[in-house]
Amino acid sequence: MSEPVLRLSGITRRFGALVANDGITLDLAAGEVLALLGENGAGKSTLVSILFGHYVADAGTIEAFGRPLPPGDPAAALAAGIGMVHQHSTLADNLTVLDNVMLGTEPLWRPLSRRREGRARLVATAERFGLAVDPDARVARLSVGERQRVEILKALTRDARVLILDEPTAVLTPQESEALFTTLRGMVAEGLSVIFISHKLDEVLRVSDRIAVLRTGRLVAAMPSRGTSKAALAEAMVGRAVAPPVAKPHARGDVVCVLDRVAMRGERVGERLDGVSLALHAGEITAIAGVAGNGQAALVDLLCGMRAADAGSVTLGGAALPADPRGWIDAGAARIPDDRREVGTLGDLPVWENAIAERYRRPFASGGIVRRRSARAYARRLVDRYDVRGAGIDTPVRTLSGGNMQKLIVGRALSGGASKPDAYLPTLIVASQPTWGLDAGAVAWVHQQLLDACARGSAVLLVSEDLDEIFALADRIAVIHGGRLVPPRPAKQWTLAEIGLAMAGVRDAA
Amino acid sequence: MLDALASMLANADFWSAVLRIATPLVFGTVGVLLCERVGVLNLGIEGIMVAGAFTGWLAVHAGAGLWTGVLVAAVTGALFGLLHGILTVPLALSQHVSGLGITMFATAVAYYAYRVSFPNVSTPPTIATFAEMSWLGVPVLAAQTPMTLVAIALVPLVAWVLYRTPLGLALRMVGENPAAAEGQGLSVYALRIGSIAAGSALMGVAGAFLTLSAFNSFFFNMVNGRGWICVALVVFAGWRPGKALFGALLFAFFDAMQLRLQQSDAGALPYQAWLMLPYVLSILALVAVARRASYPQALMRPYRKGER
Amino acid sequence: MRLEARGAVSPAMALAAPVVAVAFTLAVAALFVAWAGAPVGRTYALIFEGGFGSRFAWSETLTRATPLILTGLAAAIAFRARLYNIGAEGQLYAGALAAVAVGGLHGGTGFDLPPALLLVAMFAAAALAGGLLMALPAFAKTRFGVDEVVTTLLLNFIVLLFVSMMLDGPMKDPAAMGWPQSVALREELELPKLVERTRVHAGLLIAIGLAVLSWTAMRATTFGFEVRAVGANPRAARFAGVPVARTLLLVALASGAAAGLGGAIEVAGRTGYVTLDMSPGYGYTGIVIAMLAGLNPLGVVAAAVFVAGVLVGADSMSRAASVPTYIADVIVAVALIAMLVAALAARYRIRLR
Repeated sequence: MSEPVLRLSGITRRFGALVANDGITLDLAAGEVLALLGENGAGKSTLVSILFGHYVADAGTIEAFGRPLPPGDPAAALAAGIGMVHQHSTLADNLTVLDNVMLGTEPLWRPLSRRREGRARLVATAERFGLAVDPDARVARLSVGERQRVEILKALTRDARVLILDEPTAVLTPQESEALFTTLRGMVAEGLSVIFISHKLDEVLRVSDRIAVLRTGRLVAAMPSRGTSKAALAEAMVGRAVAPPVAKPHARGDVVCVLDRVAMRGERVGERLDGVSLALHAGEITAIAGVAGNGQAALVDLLCGMRAADAGSVTLGGAALPADPRGWIDAGAARIPDDRREVGTLGDLPVWENAIAERYRRPFASGGIVRRRSARAYARRLVDRYDVRGAGIDTPVRTLSGGNMQKLIVGRALSGGASKPDAYLPTLIVASQPTWGLDAGAVAWVHQQLLDACARGSAVLLVSEDLDEIFALADRIAVIHGGRLVPPRPAKQWTLAEIGLAMAGVRDAA
Repeated sequence: MLDALASMLANADFWSAVLRIATPLVFGTVGVLLCERVGVLNLGIEGIMVAGAFTGWLAVHAGAGLWTGVLVAAVTGALFGLLHGILTVPLALSQHVSGLGITMFATAVAYYAYRVSFPNVSTPPTIATFAEMSWLGVPVLAAQTPMTLVAIALVPLVAWVLYRTPLGLALRMVGENPAAAEGQGLSVYALRIGSIAAGSALMGVAGAFLTLSAFNSFFFNMVNGRGWICVALVVFAGWRPGKALFGALLFAFFDAMQLRLQQSDAGALPYQAWLMLPYVLSILALVAVARRASYPQALMRPYRKGER
Repeated sequence: MRLEARGAVSPAMALAAPVVAVAFTLAVAALFVAWAGAPVGRTYALIFEGGFGSRFAWSETLTRATPLILTGLAAAIAFRARLYNIGAEGQLYAGALAAVAVGGLHGGTGFDLPPALLLVAMFAAAALAGGLLMALPAFAKTRFGVDEVVTTLLLNFIVLLFVSMMLDGPMKDPAAMGWPQSVALREELELPKLVERTRVHAGLLIAIGLAVLSWTAMRATTFGFEVRAVGANPRAARFAGVPVARTLLLVALASGAAAGLGGAIEVAGRTGYVTLDMSPGYGYTGIVIAMLAGLNPLGVVAAAVFVAGVLVGADSMSRAASVPTYIADVIVAVALIAMLVAALAARYRIRLR
């Protein structure tokens, strides 16, 4: 075997009490696709952030192409031929594709940018790897898939020989993922090496040559992909038995929420809806599949009372509601937003105030005075009942882990301020990406809550970009693209390929 | 009334006044622009102008050349900018409060230093200021000092740097999506702090124009809100250097006009009403453009390494 | 350099922060004193003596602290909702002007009101004037997205020019012989002195009362929750059902009213009329006080007394030593910056890598 292109030895990194990476030793061979598999929070992102110089390891060394890589220096990583495609877009919306690709490729103090050379290089690279883009397009106008192509081109135009992709398929349709895998194969054929980060077993087995499994910061297994079974991977990844959520029998009830030809205007595609009609029934989980930024945000904002429809009507329990979150809460909407830190919680406020935040006027205040004692008692019960760990009710909520924060948000939404547990049943549950970034245990917990509430008679709207999640939970699936909705059909009537095409906007598929 | 207006507009003195009023605003506005383009609000401008006005003037009063005075003012501004940069970039403190703190600090230091240097003066000491460029032969420009030419030349220079050089691309990127710059191996902290220091140096020069060109002495309250007006002008200009020059000239036009009307139209309105006009205009301009202004996306968003 | 959150801030840390900040400030200011060629120890002793060293010093400090408590409250209330009211200076003058308009012009409102009622009307007018002056930029913020910092700053200049216009025009005191000064307040509207032969007046009690009221409101009422929620994160607050725009508008009214009352109380308790130099920057100093107090209304009282002591002490010191009185402004400004950093250090560990 030839000299490895990358050699990580004993990488350790702590954040406070948490050991994110614990003595990880790992090689990457030339022309290899190495999958880094692990749950959310297993330490994958930390590891590649150290590799790329965003973080400095507390201990351990990295060698690239036989030479030591100076720690904490992204410029050195780039110079050594390491390219990274981040999980979140690192493109500037207001600049063009060419601007974004040329950034950092020239000496800073050059008096005139050589844009013509940069453009020629971009076009040549794009052709060579079959990644078509318009160099002069403003990034804000690109779709999520196109943005990812630009991100990859950014690395390739800088002659990256090692490409790191952090959860690249999370935002793609199944077909786009396929195209990405083909591109990766092409790159490997050109002599590049790839590190592919994922928590999805199927794609890891499909795309990689070798798999390294991380769990709670440690490297627990490394094996060739060929001959490895999904079950073995799952066990290595989770390391414990996670009881899968159990769907209780539930029956479709009356219509509780109706959207009739709803249109919403907005600057970006994601903020728009165009003639959306949808009826949500009690005792049924309706899922909305779609690639990020296709109108999910508008739909969720509408059903959370954050925005109003510009045309059409929306009713909950037969009544039309204005854009007022409190009105929706009082009408029985339980809302689980996708952004836990920026929307779901008030970071600097203590846990107990967050627990009553949606009900601070009723029932937790009278005459404008907060009923502190009953509010705190309620918060304590909520924390017990939903097993929110890691904080007392007086700690600022921002110190909670993502999983515990989500438990608080779900618990708050499902309890509705009622004095006895389970005395309250929401009419409608709006869950937007409810398991994003959670580990397997927390994912199963959230899924169980949704299934239980549905069995008790709530209507559930699940908006998710994760098709596995959708197929695991949904009774009916609708697909959103460009602000339009492909009407819901029973989950069993969809194939993965059909959903993928609908997500990409191919209307005939539906 | 219309006749008076027409004769005013035909008068070269009027246009000279417009340019003179615009000059410190151009320096200040471009300075604010350099800070905000990398994502940092700099409310230190008002105080930095006071400090620049003082140190530039003090240097000349102590025997240095006029251009040395300008340089001293620039360095003064850069130092305060550096402080603001450290407080707001790596320490990620509130840009509003830090900026106000810089304004209070710079103003207090300048006044204190003035009183220490000149404990017992009743009338402010004076210096020989920049001379008008009468040799230039161009009507309105000939009545200006060389600092005005520098201000006008500064605008295309900054536009060139921002839009034509790799450095400018990096600066714009840091104000739009700092994570992207970090991902390309650029130092967000260095770019931000550097640009804030450079912008603050220009604010210092803006102040120095007041003591080395417009007036010949340093006195209290001489900046009188010009710094705040620059902050408003940058929003009005949509963070573009060319429009910033236009905005400063437009503002100066109205200011010069109110000064004339105040003199010619005595009695109809109290003079204070005319003096309010520039501030009222600034607020109205802000209200008019705020909704459709395309802010630098990372403006007032502190960047923490490795956090997304 | 990296910031690492400490989680909850311990009470000891929260108390230590201002103490460390003040100590640092005095050390920096010592350099300035030394630069002026004065002995540092003696200068500080003189400042302390002038501010806190005698019954008279205390009376002057408390008199000066009265408007500062109110402008400090104005900043503390608004900043808690992350509404940056930098216009307390203008709101204070607006309040003062309104007070004289109701309680001085034409010998009062012109209506034959009993003095007690007139007093209430005077304070109400002052609070309303200050409140409305702040409501404008708050409205521009929520409706048009205009940053309130710049508008409130610019409004300060407009208000000062307006005051000047009034003092030249309709509110001019004919007996002042050209000195820019307003007509005087009716005598029965003047606030009683608290201590004989000093200038400490009942306004101090009003200011402290309002501080206690604000503290209670912030802590115990739904409005207090709304304010803190909007300050923590406006989007999350709206999601939870807090009426964000309305909250900001009410906060603006309350904040501006506090500063406006400060102006009225200065007129009714100290000056008796409005002049253009009645506030040496109380509005701006209020921001520093609010920050030193960690935006806690009760802390504002303590911070205002401290800052007032420094200002009064510096005045009296500069008469005795060769250090300009501007040393007080240097101390106040450095204290603001030091407090910012100290508060940060209490919340985060600052790691160099």
